[in-house]
Amino acid sequence: MSATSERRARAHGGARWWYALLALPFIGLLWLPLYAKKGPELFGFPFFYWYQFAWVIVAAALTIAVYRATRAER
Amino acid sequence: MTLLAAQIKEAHETDTTALVVFILLFLLVTAIGFVAVRWRAAKLTNLDEWGLGGRKFGTVVTWFLLGGDLYTAYTFVAVPALVFGAGAAGFFALPYTIIVYPLVFLWMPRLWSVCRANGYVTPADFVRGRYGSRTLPLLVALTGILATMPYIALQLVGIQVVLGALGVKGDWPLVIAFVILAAYTYQSGLRAPALIAVVKDALIYLTVIVAVVYIPSKVGGFDNIFSAAGQALPKKTPPGSLIPGTADAQVAYATLALGSALALFLYPHALTGVLSAKSAQVVRRNAAILPAYSFVLGLIALLGYMAIARGITPTNPNFAVPDLFLNVFPSWFVGVAFGAIAIGALVPAAVMSIASANLFTRNVWKEYLHREATPEEEAKVAKITSLVVKVGALLIIILAPVKYAIDFQLLGGVWIIQTLPAIIVGLYSRWFHRWALIAGWAVGMAFGTIMAASNSFKPVTSVLGTTVYTALSAFVLNLVVAVGLTLLLRAFGSRDVRDETRPQDFDELAEGRFQRQPEREPELRPA
Repeated sequence: MSATSERRARAHGGARWWYALLALPFIGLLWLPLYAKKGPELFGFPFFYWYQFAWVIVAAALTIAVYRATRAER
Repeated sequence: MTLLAAQIKEAHETDTTALVVFILLFLLVTAIGFVAVRWRAAKLTNLDEWGLGGRKFGTVVTWFLLGGDLYTAYTFVAVPALVFGAGAAGFFALPYTIIVYPLVFLWMPRLWSVCRANGYVTPADFVRGRYGSRTLPLLVALTGILATMPYIALQLVGIQVVLGALGVKGDWPLVIAFVILAAYTYQSGLRAPALIAVVKDALIYLTVIVAVVYIPSKVGGFDNIFSAAGQALPKKTPPGSLIPGTADAQVAYATLALGSALALFLYPHALTGVLSAKSAQVVRRNAAILPAYSFVLGLIALLGYMAIARGITPTNPNFAVPDLFLNVFPSWFVGVAFGAIAIGALVPAAVMSIASANLFTRNVWKEYLHREATPEEEAKVAKITSLVVKVGALLIIILAPVKYAIDFQLLGGVWIIQTLPAIIVGLYSRWFHRWALIAGWAVGMAFGTIMAASNSFKPVTSVLGTTVYTALSAFVLNLVVAVGLTLLLRAFGSRDVRDETRPQDFDELAEGRFQRQPEREPELRPA
């Protein structure tokens, strides 16, 4: 085993499952029956619209979480 | 209603205040474009410096550059125009630009790492090294150039629309704008759009924040905006809707979002932005902070509904947002907003021409025409190619109807996704046989082009009883062919040729520690 793959195994070993979080935006946004509806409204936005805006923030937060969890050890 | 229409028509006459603000902003970015050559000065007679900014951009610059590069002027005009005309169907741009970033997070740091370790300037360079093929990288490069040309042309449409809305007539202002752009791109390379992107993005954020606070206050809040859109959309031809109701509409929406997300970071201009970052960590961080632009894009899409609520009736839906701005904003702010859109065209147009120039230089010129090309010659060829590409785009827009550029750009999406197996799958595995990849590419290109053309260039076509984004169905066919042929070729014992990349080259946590010396002998390894 090379030095690299050892490092990789250390960095990724327990952290690898974090990457699964990145699948959530795909499920949440590509399955339209989940959100192709009018209500409940929020600030005048139909559900269809505010739900997708909310995903921008959720997806970014998930990415940040995965980034932090899988960073190389310093 | 007639009164409003008359007002809008009147507004298309020259608005001096707006025009002056617009020209001042344009002069500002022109100055920045030329000064950029001194920023982090280096010898620009080297393709790495001219075409990738020396691979030195940090997190913030990369954020501005990629944001300025991906969210183009045409997007700002066309997305709300589509929402204005068709409703929810045009809103797929939001889920598309959300799901693209997890993909960027997974794929792009690997690509950055292997390109850095081996001195690759283009994705086709990587394909060449990985598969030891000369044909496959040529096809990847030509696909990239072909897909980019209409994209550059559409940036010009973005400028044309705002110039038209400002009451400027004729093609000459467009020609002047492009000549200036060509000049500073030639001189400063990727540094110019990187610096200008800061101004562009600041103006875009300013315009959008002002628009989404101010316009709803004039049309009775978002309640009214959505209910006006809900009433108006079904009466359009073809009828639109506020929510995608039918199963067909939902499948179209999801496949458009997925297919576009898969394709975006195969476009040469997107990859050029990624490769110019100074580390793989910069790329990873950007995947987390670029969604800020997606939020803004969603708000821009809603401008289409605001135009409906305001009773805007443009002759062409592309004018929905410019007309809305003319209708609600004071002249000086119209100048700022239109300046934002026009500058928003310059950044992507510059990066796209640089990216095409890099591809031509490395994968056509050096590979096929002049193998002994020195780094100086590479930089020179790339600079000249960037000029040729821009002139080509300008001619397309001036000589051909805009519809051709739009149809062509749609095909660009269908084409570019066909390079995914070679580039992205290649990051993880060398399982695919190079000839199987070539065959899959050819089938995907042909099938996608025929499907799109026979369906009058609508983005979706009927497949298996539902409507699917044409690019995605062509891509699936490409994969099936590539997998099938690989199995077949392996069964017949066809051997792979050498792979010059090493496993550690892909390690995104290594931060270039395995970088090789530029003038190395290719490493020969048994397949």
